[in-house]
Amino acid sequence: MTNSKDEIKNIPLKEKLILTFEENSEKLLGKKTSHISKIKQKAFENFKKIGFPDPKSQAWKNTDLSEVLSKDYEQLFNFSTEGTNVEELFQCDIHNFDTHIVSLLNGWYVNPSEQITKMPDGTIVGSLAKATEEYPELIEKYFGKAQNKNNNFTELNTAFSQDGIFIFVPDGVEVLKPIQMVSIINHEKNLLVNHRNLIILGKNSKLTFVQCDDAINHQTSFTNTVTEFFLEENSNLDHYKLQNLNNNSSLLNSTYFKQEKDSNLSTNSIILNGGIIRNNYHVNLDGEGCNSEIYGVYLMDRKQHVDNQVYVDHAKPNCTSSQLFKGILDEQASGVFNGHVLVRRDAQKTSAFQTNRNILLTNEASIDTQPFLEIYADDVKCSHGATVGQLDEEAMFYLRSRGIGEKNARMLLMYAYAAEIIEKISIEALQLRIDDMVKKRLRGELSVCDKCVLHCSKPDKEISFDIDMSKV
Amino acid sequence: MLLNIRNLHVSIEGKEIIKGLDLSVNNGEVHAIMGPNGTGKSTLAAVVAGKEGYEITEGEILYKGKDITDLSPEERACEGIFLGFQYPVEIPGVSITNFMRTAINEQREYKGLKSLTASEFLAKMEDKKKLVEIQSKLTNRSVNSGFSGGEKKKNEIFQMALLEPTMAILDETDSGLDIDALRIVANGINKLRTEENATIVITHYQRLLDYIIPDFVHVLFEGKIVKSGGKNLALELEEKGYEWIKEEVERMS
Ligand SMILES: Nc1ncnc2c1ncn2[C@@H]1O[C@H](COP(=O)(O)OP(=O)(O)OP(=O)(O)O)[C@@H](O)[C@H]1O
Ligand SMILES: [Mg+2]
Repeated sequence: MTNSKDEIKNIPLKEKLILTFEENSEKLLGKKTSHISKIKQKAFENFKKIGFPDPKSQAWKNTDLSEVLSKDYEQLFNFSTEGTNVEELFQCDIHNFDTHIVSLLNGWYVNPSEQITKMPDGTIVGSLAKATEEYPELIEKYFGKAQNKNNNFTELNTAFSQDGIFIFVPDGVEVLKPIQMVSIINHEKNLLVNHRNLIILGKNSKLTFVQCDDAINHQTSFTNTVTEFFLEENSNLDHYKLQNLNNNSSLLNSTYFKQEKDSNLSTNSIILNGGIIRNNYHVNLDGEGCNSEIYGVYLMDRKQHVDNQVYVDHAKPNCTSSQLFKGILDEQASGVFNGHVLVRRDAQKTSAFQTNRNILLTNEASIDTQPFLEIYADDVKCSHGATVGQLDEEAMFYLRSRGIGEKNARMLLMYAYAAEIIEKISIEALQLRIDDMVKKRLRGELSVCDKCVLHCSKPDKEISFDIDMSKV
Repeated sequence: MLLNIRNLHVSIEGKEIIKGLDLSVNNGEVHAIMGPNGTGKSTLAAVVAGKEGYEITEGEILYKGKDITDLSPEERACEGIFLGFQYPVEIPGVSITNFMRTAINEQREYKGLKSLTASEFLAKMEDKKKLVEIQSKLTNRSVNSGFSGGEKKKNEIFQMALLEPTMAILDETDSGLDIDALRIVANGINKLRTEENATIVITHYQRLLDYIIPDFVHVLFEGKIVKSGGKNLALELEEKGYEWIKEEVERMS
């Protein structure tokens, strides 16, 4: 089937994607007989059927993707550096924050030396595409097993994704150095990226994983990522998500956590900038004695939009989950929080807490917040709550009555508000860096960086809490 | 004259609270303001400190000879006005140390002075902590967050000691203090007295005035100062209550 470029332009994105898939199916599916290939083929068939979500549906009524989905995008089915200085992606000089960096460029794993590395302790880190060739048994065991079925964008991702990050931590291994993933979008035309990450923590293992979403250029991009985490028995995952994208970026980030017996999850999202950001968190507590802490903070202004959807499935007894999301929305920014805790009938002795707090700085800023508990067990401790307010006027007057100017008083209060989440970051160096970024963000000094978000400040120029009047 | 309030009328949401109040305070003086609940004592204090939401319909507030009604709260603070809050505000996430360092340095910048370095500030803080016998662990905590009633009041005086105001208005700083804390706070206030500065204490209890000897005692009633006298007036009020004042006011009008 041949189509002239013009014809392609006028057809809806869904149809275009279907055509593109069919044209590139060899590249996308790989070996037709492989396990993954079958999963992808099935995902494609399903996407063909369900397409994009109904904008009026409960899950999407407050996040308008119509503009994002009406644009024309390129997809890159082969890796190319496209003039990006790849070497630079690895020059991480964060003071006191020694990480193992893995980078994605336009969704493709980049490493000047090797595509996959096996460390002395047995930990495997590298490209998912490469892992599919080298460790097919691991991939078959886990790929696609944490994601929920019938999610439009996850199906799209499963069908189209070719690469991403793969991490495997063997049983009993504690990975001491945090692994930091930097995902960069740099392309001259509108780009659609579907990348896929698979992270496996074996029994009694430990991992700190920092996920940075960043965009270098100011071109329009639409990133649809899926990350599956598997936490085997008694494993510990400390996960951080940093989002600092330019205003032309749309990011749809679906994260699935599947937790086995006695595993611990702590995930913390710091959302500082982005055109449209939608984060889906799907936590499946599938063994007894699990604990999940799901935190997030968002600071949005201008016309930015952030949407956090948190779904926690308490399937087994004696598990604990706590959610705390806090946001400050300025100017015409808009936000959505949708928290859903499901406590199944067998999940006795569940403790589940859910809180969403928001500050709206203007009349035009908005938030739609819906914490929701669905409980079928009778012996549980659950609570949920949401607040929407302004900055505390009494506190403002208190600060100003001591001589602190209005702008700085506002900033102090906003900072203090966000600090509750930042204080939960357990790695001190990372906490300091993020603390610094939040201060810059509140002062309007934070820009989208050339490399990764964590490079935003030079370590020798530590910003103290005192606010420099010349800068406000 | 340091503070000169003339024929002040203040309304909140259209309701007149202060109804023609006159008060003058000179450098070096201590004034006590007493009066029944809800007569406008805290309103007066808030208006002098520059809180928004109050409408001054008539009169003026002169401070060091200049009308300050157009100044922001922070400008007034930098000019030397301090308000000890009746209900100190809790601010989770902001430590007292950072709060006071920011405040002192903004005030210094206003006056054209160089910022205090971290070590200069800490030395100053240690010094003032002793004055109000405030515990070190308190200053590392968030401002008033989870403090007991007494701790909050001590913290107000601690801030006053650090900021060294010229005109301090202490709104019921003695309420909620135990016997020892009352003595400590009162001694702290006395130690901060100089020839240059002045203090207005708003209180319901004569007891405080055993420690802080006022030059004048005023009775605020229904938005006006209806009676002024020396420290003996406080004793008289303690003994007889406010009934006779009310009767006096009724007789006059
Ligand atoms: N923001 C407000 N809105 C409406 N009315 C107010 C407001 N603030 C104060 N008032 C009213 O103004 C009057 C004076 O209040 P104020 O707090 O000044 O009294 P007070 O003399 O300090 O009393 P207390 O001894 O109980 O502290 C009261 O009737 C109070 O209800
Ligand atoms: Mg009062």
